[in-house]
Amino acid sequence: MVELVIFVLMGAGTLAGGVTVVLARNPVRSALGLLGALVSLAVIYVVNLAHLVAAVQVVVYAGAVLTLFLFVIMFIGVDRAEDTSETIPLQRKLVAGLATVVALGAAVLVSRGRFTWTPASGEAAEIPNGTVQALGGELFTTWVLGVEVTALLLTIAAVGAIALAFHRRSAESPTED
Amino acid sequence: MPVVTPGWYMTLAAVLFVLGMTGVLIRRNALVMFMCVELMLNAVNLTFVAAGRAAGVLDGQVAVFFVLVVAAAEVVVGLAIIVAIFRRRETASVDELAALRG
Repeated sequence: MVELVIFVLMGAGTLAGGVTVVLARNPVRSALGLLGALVSLAVIYVVNLAHLVAAVQVVVYAGAVLTLFLFVIMFIGVDRAEDTSETIPLQRKLVAGLATVVALGAAVLVSRGRFTWTPASGEAAEIPNGTVQALGGELFTTWVLGVEVTALLLTIAAVGAIALAFHRRSAESPTED
Repeated sequence: MPVVTPGWYMTLAAVLFVLGMTGVLIRRNALVMFMCVELMLNAVNLTFVAAGRAAGVLDGQVAVFFVLVVAAAEVVVGLAIIVAIFRRRETASVDELAALRG
């Protein structure tokens, strides 16, 4: 009962945020729509007992990533309006067709309940409780190699971003003397 | 009162993914396209959580972590590239970036 109410409310919030991202002319509105979608998804994660994932979603996505987006939007300037006219012929129609096909396929799959990974027996599996302890234990034992690799990836990303940000074209800086 | 099954979450994730895909294909602002990619990544995360719940294992939530890290790295590098392009070309529209066109 509680889960149904939360699913309907937060699902609607997620979809409304997603539609705002896609349709808003102003990039700032898109970013705020993304924020709504991310926070709604975090609530859905909590209902699914993915507590740590929900917390990280709010901190990393709604906090860091969205702040970065807003910073770059402000940096680039929000006042220039996007030209929404389509330059590639037929693209809108193809997109609409593709979206319909994917959505219909998903609807058919779900309505028939053909997910082979779900438990075959009628009884539902016990919901895994994603506490910090449980998830941390899993991450630092079974997946410790992945954790190390992601640490390397984050370092590379940070170094790459700094290199890009401080890069000066040689043509812009004429030779001294 | 209907019970919320993992299939419901799958449906929500599929719709969210289609929304993000539509956005990437019809928008021309590189920043908004990036946000739509984030939407698609979040749809996949929701799928991971719902599938892990259905299977009764924590692995789905572990996968979400790795997706999150990759998404964060992607955003950092991608936004740096957008800023670098903007400095050079004064535009964030992907339509105007046709420097390789012969």
